[in-house]
Amino acid sequence: MSPPLLSARKLRVDIGGRCVVRSLDLDVADGRRIAVLGRNGAGKSTLLATLAGLRPPVGGSVLLGGDDAATLRPREAARRRAWLGQAQADPFGSTVLETALTGRHPHLGRWDWESRHDARIARDALAAVGLAGLEARQVHTLSGGERQRLAIATLLTQAPPLYLLDEPLAHLDLNHQMATLELFSGAARQCGAGIVMVLHDPALAHRYCDQALLLHGDGRTELGSVDAVLTGERLHELYGYPLRQFDDGGHRCFLPA
Amino acid sequence: MPTRRRAVLILAALLLLALASFWAALAAGSIPIAAADVLAAVLGQDAPGADIVRQLRLPRALAGFACGGLLALAGALMQVLLRNPLADPYILGISGGAGVGALFAIMVGLPVLGIDGLAFTGALGAMLLVFGLAHGDGSWTQTRLLLTGVIVAAGCGALISLMLAIAPEDRLRGMLFWLTGDLGQAASPWPPTLALAVALVLAMPFARELNLLARGLLQAQALGVAVNRLRFAIFLLASLATAASVTTAGSIGFIGLVVPHLVRLVSGNDQRLLLPASALAGGALLMLADTLARTLIAPQQLPVGVLTALIGVPAFLFLLSRQPR
Repeated sequence: MSPPLLSARKLRVDIGGRCVVRSLDLDVADGRRIAVLGRNGAGKSTLLATLAGLRPPVGGSVLLGGDDAATLRPREAARRRAWLGQAQADPFGSTVLETALTGRHPHLGRWDWESRHDARIARDALAAVGLAGLEARQVHTLSGGERQRLAIATLLTQAPPLYLLDEPLAHLDLNHQMATLELFSGAARQCGAGIVMVLHDPALAHRYCDQALLLHGDGRTELGSVDAVLTGERLHELYGYPLRQFDDGGHRCFLPA
Repeated sequence: MPTRRRAVLILAALLLLALASFWAALAAGSIPIAAADVLAAVLGQDAPGADIVRQLRLPRALAGFACGGLLALAGALMQVLLRNPLADPYILGISGGAGVGALFAIMVGLPVLGIDGLAFTGALGAMLLVFGLAHGDGSWTQTRLLLTGVIVAAGCGALISLMLAIAPEDRLRGMLFWLTGDLGQAASPWPPTLALAVALVLAMPFARELNLLARGLLQAQALGVAVNRLRFAIFLLASLATAASVTTAGSIGFIGLVVPHLVRLVSGNDQRLLLPASALAGGALLMLADTLARTLIAPQQLPVGVLTALIGVPAFLFLLSRQPR
């Protein structure tokens, strides 16, 4: 049996000397989707970057496909997981297609140029996020939501078995939020991709994920099935604001009380 | 996406441009020499003016090409390293350090080798100082690097002003020429030529990783770039390339900032094309500027740094105004 896509063992994460995750044990198997929820500054992004191997853990270890992320070479790590960060400006111009093609980097040799095959993968990814036809546009002419979808297309071009998504729905309008969640759910269902994503909407987390991880920001974490963890009571404690929970035929939604 | 074929075409065109500048540098001067005689002289045959071509103009043209190439390459690398389009090879204080060394050597009357030696020592000193201070706490961020470099450069600038103020009158002209950049002081063209070849060979294998680095450190790391190692290597490479050029010909301005942008406007921002194209274009532009500096008001010579700016600024503004937005 192959090792899980991602495992964390006794993982400890600090931000500026403050412990935000004390001891986290987590496994992401093929096709599993985990939502990460917490207040602003609770350490969601830092945890995700640590899980991606982009930051060294303060304690414990992160395994990507069974190998310690700390010793994995960056190229090999990039073939095992993709990471969606919060958007950064590119000081030099580039086109939409060029940007999407950067996802092919870990699959190309040092002297290779992107082939027709790579270009086709990138075009398909752009079409999947609704950016077909914008290939030649300069990135700085895109809207915030279009840039976010371009970043997602770059991840699809990278085509890893594991996606770590930091606020994938940022800047997206409602229909693109749903389309993005459907897209990654489809990847989990059909390709067995593992997904860990930071979400701010507990109802969407309940609908599109199998498990939820709550970060309380003081080192405490709660991990469990969405049905068990995403309840009005626990979310009240998490966000410090009372929420009323409504169940409707398998879907669950929350309203501020 | 620039295809490999388009890259080869652009590089071939720039190579032709460099050859044309090279020919102009050999033929033009206070004694004009015919094309056939230039060719004969380069091929080592006897021709009228062969000695002038071989002993005076050829070394100078070669030094000009090498320094221009080094500066443009270092500028392109610095712009990626600092993720800042306004970065140039001198921004981290390399030329300031070299200037302090060179001006001190000129002031106390050392020979050419002493000037070159102290200039190179000063450049290395500035590089190590910036690296040590910026890397001190291991954070090694762009802002910290940039601020440290700018402050070290400012300190060097103050020392340079001090030396200009207290230097004897008869040395001032030499010091000013060194500061604006002058290929007449190049001792031998071979060290910078070798440096350019080595720098290109070392930089090219990492060109695609540099494309990713320009987009952001974490993004590059997530896509499989060993970011810290790469940035350290680029810092060293760009600094040493700058030091090699500044030691040869003083701090010639403008090439390192504007040539990468000129090339970018024509060829896009793919470093696999940008790095070699910048080296070729920088070399060609500096040879051309130096030829003009020698001939415009001959027999008097102008500092080439003035000419690089006078040619480059209008060319840059023209290309910028044509760029669709």
